[in-house]
Amino acid sequence: MPRLLRPSGRLLTRRTALLGAAALTTSACDSSRPRTGFLGGMERFNARFQSALFDADQLAPELPPSEDTPAGHFPRYFISDAMPLAPEGWALKVGGLVQRPGLLSLEELQRLPRTEYRIRHHCVEGWSAVASWHGVRLRDVAEHVGADPRAGYVEFRSFDSDYFSSWDRPSAFHAQTILAYGMNGQPLSPGHGAPLRLYSGVKLGYKMVKYLTEVSFLPEPTGGYWEDRGYEWYAGV
Amino acid sequence: MRALEHRRPQPWPIRVAHWLNVPLLVIMAASGLQILAAYPKLGSQGRPYGWYPFQGAPPPDWTRLGDWLAGARHWHFAFAWFLTLNGVAYLLYLAFSGEWRRRLFLPRRDTRNALDTLAWYVRLRKHAPEQGLYNGLQRLAYTGSLALGILSVLSGLALYKPVQLQVLAGLLGGYDAARALHLLVLAAFTLFTVGHLALVLLHPRTLGEMVTGGRKPDA
Repeated sequence: MPRLLRPSGRLLTRRTALLGAAALTTSACDSSRPRTGFLGGMERFNARFQSALFDADQLAPELPPSEDTPAGHFPRYFISDAMPLAPEGWALKVGGLVQRPGLLSLEELQRLPRTEYRIRHHCVEGWSAVASWHGVRLRDVAEHVGADPRAGYVEFRSFDSDYFSSWDRPSAFHAQTILAYGMNGQPLSPGHGAPLRLYSGVKLGYKMVKYLTEVSFLPEPTGGYWEDRGYEWYAGV
Repeated sequence: MRALEHRRPQPWPIRVAHWLNVPLLVIMAASGLQILAAYPKLGSQGRPYGWYPFQGAPPPDWTRLGDWLAGARHWHFAFAWFLTLNGVAYLLYLAFSGEWRRRLFLPRRDTRNALDTLAWYVRLRKHAPEQGLYNGLQRLAYTGSLALGILSVLSGLALYKPVQLQVLAGLLGGYDAARALHLLVLAAFTLFTVGHLALVLLHPRTLGEMVTGGRKPDA
């Protein structure tokens, strides 16, 4: 996992050190840690292919309410043993290459332009589900805090057992990539990532970090919870 | 280029493409079954399709490759390129060598022969109908397997990129329909392979030809 073995400053954590040690023990075609060798090379090729195929103007189709997944049937996943609940006085920390780093409360986020859509969710496991989501576009948040154009990557962190994921800038700034604070016309429920989660039409489900606590605009990509365990980093749809 | 009727039964590009298909299809099928094992329900929201016969019964371990979902996806998306390249090379060779005339099913030319061959197989006819390198039924089967290969790549692309390639996904009936189709193609490939191997066992000469190319008709 060369991306993680090339940490920039604060990214050299215990996590990356452990991953580096693990990466050194892998063999060429190890399916459980497929980032090295032939399969790793093909994954990097596929990531380039996917980003070349990515079209910033291509939107996930908006679906009618009749397509909605019935209430209670939209799967709910989290990493912690118990459902994560937002800490008292929760606010989103925004940092990295931005002019105005700091904390954004839910009310402040809700004062930014609101976006709503109903699209299909694609899980890496193969199921799909439909709901409507509302929130603020990440690109609007980026503008609000003055994100630097040199930030080619965005890292999203969660208070759910340190879950995290990092994204390429074009996907993060896509018109359908939002910090969602509501689902199906209601405030986000704890099962779906309350109070704030990432939602997007252009990535697989595991890239859409729930229980958001921190967004960082970075010059280098970092990994991700599932990505560090072997899942594809780009994971576009 | 040598006239078609003076060529070996199996020119080398055909043999290379054929034998490359063996490991490629095995890797694609086995890693695909490991992907399926992650969630053997095909419907939207992970709910079962009524007609899917293996609900709740994941494919047995020995049929799977990749250890777990992430590993299987790496195998699948790595080797899908080689399967596609092999298929494209084969199609280009068929088109430019003229071999398509010996191998592809042309309805006006081959329908009669295919029906007569079928009648002979089921003993409704006493004699085999006239045939060149292949009879009409064989041409139908090989053309069908080529169509299956094309369909597997297209439905796979629709599953891989349901948003960026949403036109393709729409043509196949949407994300869930493409998923069902992708699995049906695997089932059809498996049936084709079983029949193919049975006929090779009945006519071992054809196996030699697919290895050596066979004798030229005028040699």
